[in-house]
Amino acid sequence: MYDVTARNISGCGLSALMSEEGRRVSGEAIISSIALLHDRGNGMGGGFAAYGIYPERAEDYALHLMYYRPDSRDRTERILDDSFDVRLAEPIPTRPVEGVPAGPALWRYFVQPRPGRAGTQSKDDYVLSLVMRINSEGIGSYVFSSGKNMGAFKGLGYAEDVGRFYRLEEYEGYIWIAHGRFPTNTPGWWAGAHPFTLLDWAVVHNGEISSYGGNRRYLEMFGYRCTMQTDTEVVAYLLDLLIRRHGLPLEAATAALAAPFWHRIAAMDKDQQALMTAIRQVYAPALLNGPFAIVFAHAGGMVGLSDRIKLRPLVAARKDDFLFLASEEAAIRLMCPQPDLVWAPEAGEPVVGWVRGGSLEGVR
Amino acid sequence: MRERQTFTLREGRAHLPADNMHYRPLNELVHAAVARGATHLRVSGVNGQRYLADGLRGDLALEIEGVPGNDLAAFMDGPSVEVFGNAQDGIGNTMNSGLVVVHGSAGDVIGYGMRGGTILIRDHAGYRVGIHMKEYAGSRPTIVVGGRAGAFLGEYMAGGLIVVLGLGAGDRPLVGDFCGTGMHGGTIAVRGRLEEAHVSPHVRVSEATDEDRALLAPQLEAYAERFEVPLALLEDERYWMLRPASNRPYGNKYAI
Repeated sequence: MYDVTARNISGCGLSALMSEEGRRVSGEAIISSIALLHDRGNGMGGGFAAYGIYPERAEDYALHLMYYRPDSRDRTERILDDSFDVRLAEPIPTRPVEGVPAGPALWRYFVQPRPGRAGTQSKDDYVLSLVMRINSEGIGSYVFSSGKNMGAFKGLGYAEDVGRFYRLEEYEGYIWIAHGRFPTNTPGWWAGAHPFTLLDWAVVHNGEISSYGGNRRYLEMFGYRCTMQTDTEVVAYLLDLLIRRHGLPLEAATAALAAPFWHRIAAMDKDQQALMTAIRQVYAPALLNGPFAIVFAHAGGMVGLSDRIKLRPLVAARKDDFLFLASEEAAIRLMCPQPDLVWAPEAGEPVVGWVRGGSLEGVR
Repeated sequence: MRERQTFTLREGRAHLPADNMHYRPLNELVHAAVARGATHLRVSGVNGQRYLADGLRGDLALEIEGVPGNDLAAFMDGPSVEVFGNAQDGIGNTMNSGLVVVHGSAGDVIGYGMRGGTILIRDHAGYRVGIHMKEYAGSRPTIVVGGRAGAFLGEYMAGGLIVVLGLGAGDRPLVGDFCGTGMHGGTIAVRGRLEEAHVSPHVRVSEATDEDRALLAPQLEAYAERFEVPLALLEDERYWMLRPASNRPYGNKYAI
C-alpha cells in the first residue's frame, strides 16, 4: 500500500447495503466496498454493523464489550452476572491483521435481563440503563453493541483491515453498514470508531455534529451518557429517544434531526406547516447542526440522510431487492456493477429502506 | 489493488486498463503515456479512481469508461475528456481550458472556481455547481447541465455561463434553493420554468432576448450534437436569464 504522508483532504467514507427480502449475505462485499473508499479515511478508525448475524440466539441481547484494563472484565462481568442471565460469554473471534494495532480485549455476551430486575422498566430500557452504567462507570469497559441478532465490529485501522480482523466474511447479514474514519476534532480510538449503536440502532456518519454539546445535554436529561468522545454518538441516542421511546414516525424523527428551513416550512400546506413547526419547536435540541451524511439501521430497515444543505456526499442505488447507500457511486458499483437505479438523494430527505414486513415495532 | 500496470501505445493512441488499480499508479501511467507521445488515451475499467486528467495540458483526448473518482479534470488546461458513465464530485475544479463531457449524471461541486473551458453533463448535476466561476478577457467558462441541478447553483458566481436544460426533470424543480446567492458576474440560463423562491435576491431574472438566445445558441448546438438530442427540442422553449443585481452583493454587509 501507499505511504500516506501527504495531507489527506478527504472526509470519512460510508457504505451500506440492505436486502428488502431479508436475504443474508457475507461481509465480503461490504469490506471490498469500504476498501474502495480507503482514501476517504486515514486509518484512525473503521467499523461495521450487521443485522441478522446471530439467528440461533435471535432473542438474546448481544452485548459486545471492549475491555481496556486488566480488571475491566472481572468488574464488568460482576455487573452483568448480577443484572442478566448470561447465556453465553466468549471472546469475539478475531485474527491478527497488519494495520490493526493492539487494542482492548473484545468479548461478547448473549443475555436476558434477570426476571424481576427490570421492575417497571421495559427490557429495552433496562438494557439501556445497564449500557449507560457500564460505559460511564470509569472501569475501562465500553459496551459497543447491545441489540438483538445484530452486532457492531469496530476498532483502529482502516475499515477493510478492521473487517478482516473481525473475520466478517464469516458472518451473514441482511443489512451491513460500514465506515472508514478520518477523525477531525475528536480522538481516534477503538470505542470512538463508527458505528455507534444502542439496542437495535446503529449509525455511521461522515461530517461533524457542531450541535454535539447541546444534543448531549438534552440527551442527558433522558438518562443517556455520552462516553465515546465522538460527536456521532448523540445520533444513535437521539434515534432511540425520538423513535423508540417517544414513538415518532421515522419521517418525523428525520425531520427533527435535519429540520426543514423556516422559509421552506412557510411554503408548505397548512397541515404540514403545523406539523413541521411543532417538530422544530418540540425537538429543537435534537436538531443536528453542521455537515453530515449518515446511514442508520434498525432490525426492520435502513435509512440514509444528509444535512439540509448537503454538505457531505450521499449516493443511493437499487438493484432487485437490494438498497445501497455510499459516499461515492464507485463504492456501490463495486458491490453491484449494474444497478437498476442510481440517484443522489436531496438534502435532508431520507432514503428509507424497509425489510419486507419490517417496521419500527421491533425497536419499540 | 494492483500497484503496477502497463499500457499499449500505437500511433499516439494508448489504452490503459484501470481495473482495480489505485488512483496513484493509474495517474502515473496516464502521465507516462502522455510523456511517450500518446495524444489519445482510452482508460477502461475505471471505478472511483480520483484525480484523473488533473493538471493535464495540451491537445489530448481522454476517453474514460466507467465512473471516475472525485476531482476529475481539476486544473486541467486544454485536453478533452469524455466520460462514458456517471461522474462523481468535484469535476473541473479551477479548470483553465478544455472540455469535459459526461454521458450520465455528475455529483456535487462541479466547476468550482472554473476559469475557462466547457463541461457538458448529459443528465443531472448535484449541489453547488459553478460556485465562484470567473471569467477574464477571452477566457469564459461554460457548464451545461442537461437535466436539473441542486441547490447553491452559481453561488458567488463571478463570470462565465451556466445553462440548465431540465430534460427528464419530471415535475421537480430545475434548480435548488439559494441559486445565485452572492452572484456578482456571469450568467445562468434556465430552460422552461423557474421558481422564484429558489432564486437569491442577489439575482435579477429576465426572459431571454434575441441577444441572449444568440449567446446560448452555440451551447445548445454543442449539447444537441454531443448527446444526439434534437436541437429544436432545446430551442422551442422560454429561457430565463439570471444575472447579478449588483457587482457588490455584500458591499454593505458590515456597514451600519
